[in-house]
Amino acid sequence: MTAIAAPAVRRRASRAVVLDRVLLYGAAGFLALWTLFPIYLIALAAFSERAAIYEYPKPLLPTRFSTDTMDFFVNSTGVLSSLRNSVIVALGTIVLGLLIGTPAGYALARFSFPGRGFIQVGVLISKMFPIAILSIPLAVTFIQIGLYDTLQGVIIIHTAMVLPFIVIVTAGVFLGVSRELEEAATTLGTSRFGAFVRVALPLALPGLAAAAIFTFVTSWNEVFAATILTVRNTTLPAQVLGALNISPLYFRFAGGFFLIIPSLFFIFFMRRYLFNLWGPGR
Amino acid sequence: MAVGARRAASFPAAIFRSEAALPLGLLAPTLIFLGLLILVPVAQAVLLSFQAADGTLGLDAYRRMLNDQAFTDSFRNTILLIVAIVPIQMVLALSMALLIHSRFPGHGAFLYIYALPLAISDLAAGIVWLAMFTDQGYLNTILQGLGLIKEPIAYLSYENLQWIFVAVVVAESWRATAIVLVIILAGLQLIPRDYFEAAELFGASRIRRTISVVLPMLRPSLQSALIIRTIFAFQTFAVVLALAGRQLPVLGYEAYDWYYNNRNEHVAAAFAVLILALTIAVTIVYMRLLRVRETEIAR
Repeated sequence: MTAIAAPAVRRRASRAVVLDRVLLYGAAGFLALWTLFPIYLIALAAFSERAAIYEYPKPLLPTRFSTDTMDFFVNSTGVLSSLRNSVIVALGTIVLGLLIGTPAGYALARFSFPGRGFIQVGVLISKMFPIAILSIPLAVTFIQIGLYDTLQGVIIIHTAMVLPFIVIVTAGVFLGVSRELEEAATTLGTSRFGAFVRVALPLALPGLAAAAIFTFVTSWNEVFAATILTVRNTTLPAQVLGALNISPLYFRFAGGFFLIIPSLFFIFFMRRYLFNLWGPGR
Repeated sequence: MAVGARRAASFPAAIFRSEAALPLGLLAPTLIFLGLLILVPVAQAVLLSFQAADGTLGLDAYRRMLNDQAFTDSFRNTILLIVAIVPIQMVLALSMALLIHSRFPGHGAFLYIYALPLAISDLAAGIVWLAMFTDQGYLNTILQGLGLIKEPIAYLSYENLQWIFVAVVVAESWRATAIVLVIILAGLQLIPRDYFEAAELFGASRIRRTISVVLPMLRPSLQSALIIRTIFAFQTFAVVLALAGRQLPVLGYEAYDWYYNNRNEHVAAAFAVLILALTIAVTIVYMRLLRVRETEIAR
């Protein structure tokens, strides 16, 4: 009996596995298409002739590749130098933000002390105020202390913007890291600092990487403070935004694609980093 | 032990030994930084909102805000956008994260794809979807190619406000889901593999495992993601500006507009104070709700 039943069971099981796989890849593929297709299309628009932007219906395949539109954008004044500024500001913000914010996140996750709840709410509130209103009083201050129109000034306000989130995200991450493991390490003779560096920090690294990604994105995206705090040393989004109102569609499409290009390289770099952190036994 | 004692003499370890001073020492750099660069300017801005143009204190700025003809629309649009965008982002990101975390063959490539919008600015996302939704754009090309529409639809025309709204929701969901995904994935990785294996061993289905094991353990990450996305959604404006210009007023744009175009920092500050009040209210509600559930679980 069992000899007869076994293949039938196996067949049913394998059919379930196949169905499972189809559903899995179907869902994954659909979500991938949703993410990729718009990027493909803006690239298509950016690499066509300027006149083709106003054609309808549009070709969906890259049959008439041209760098005409991109050339026009790149050769517009100030685009390349503002790209460089954007990269410097974003990287500077990651370093400064993680350096200041990670210890605070750790403190909020691990200790209960008087005023903890107050500090937590305070950290949250500090992000809630719109960047527009933060930038205006800060612009006045920066003019007085000589930080106006400098990349350092933009780095500082971007750090202030992302710091609350770095603290919240790292606190959430350290909350998820087993406190017992850290205590076990101290019981075994490691100092508290040693336990943090050897136990909590490695376990928290994926979360810290997420905080770094988030910081980069926020700085890269930020256009309002960068516009207000700089005159000549603009970042790329500020440069593009300033030109948008007076520019034709093809300039905007090329600018949109150009703003995306560095993010593709960035994710490629971060993906490998995240994957190394996927843990052993992958 | 001797090694530990010697290490305790070094500078950082000495800080770590003092239990009372330690948390405050760790928090000090953040508190000083935020105090100087956020709380002080915010206080200045609040003061601005209660000042008239001649510097006298009063409610003139708030009166002008309420009399702004775009006030009601911008208020309603901002709330509606949050209600529409945040749930879509959470569901999309959680789906992506759980798919990736099941580690099917090729999941690495899919993670790369899903994470692509991470470093795309809201300005760029608005431009990307402008290429889709514009009259002679790709959406019309595709829909007409499929025979679903007879002639191009003017999605971004002032006559089609509901389409402008949809375009902004789509663009924001497309862009910012990746940030939520990374936060959730980071949380997923902190859940020990044993939990999944134990649940599987006891015959829990994938859906059952997700609801009973994964979601409760993901609570800190989900809470972080939810708060972060909602706060950002209150400040939405670059996407709206790129897609709709002035046709879909939102609170963030009004604050910008009153400062830049009307050159009135007082009314702009009043709008910002309103956004602040709304954001605080929403955050308190979130934290209350989530904390209650945590104690339920502890029981």
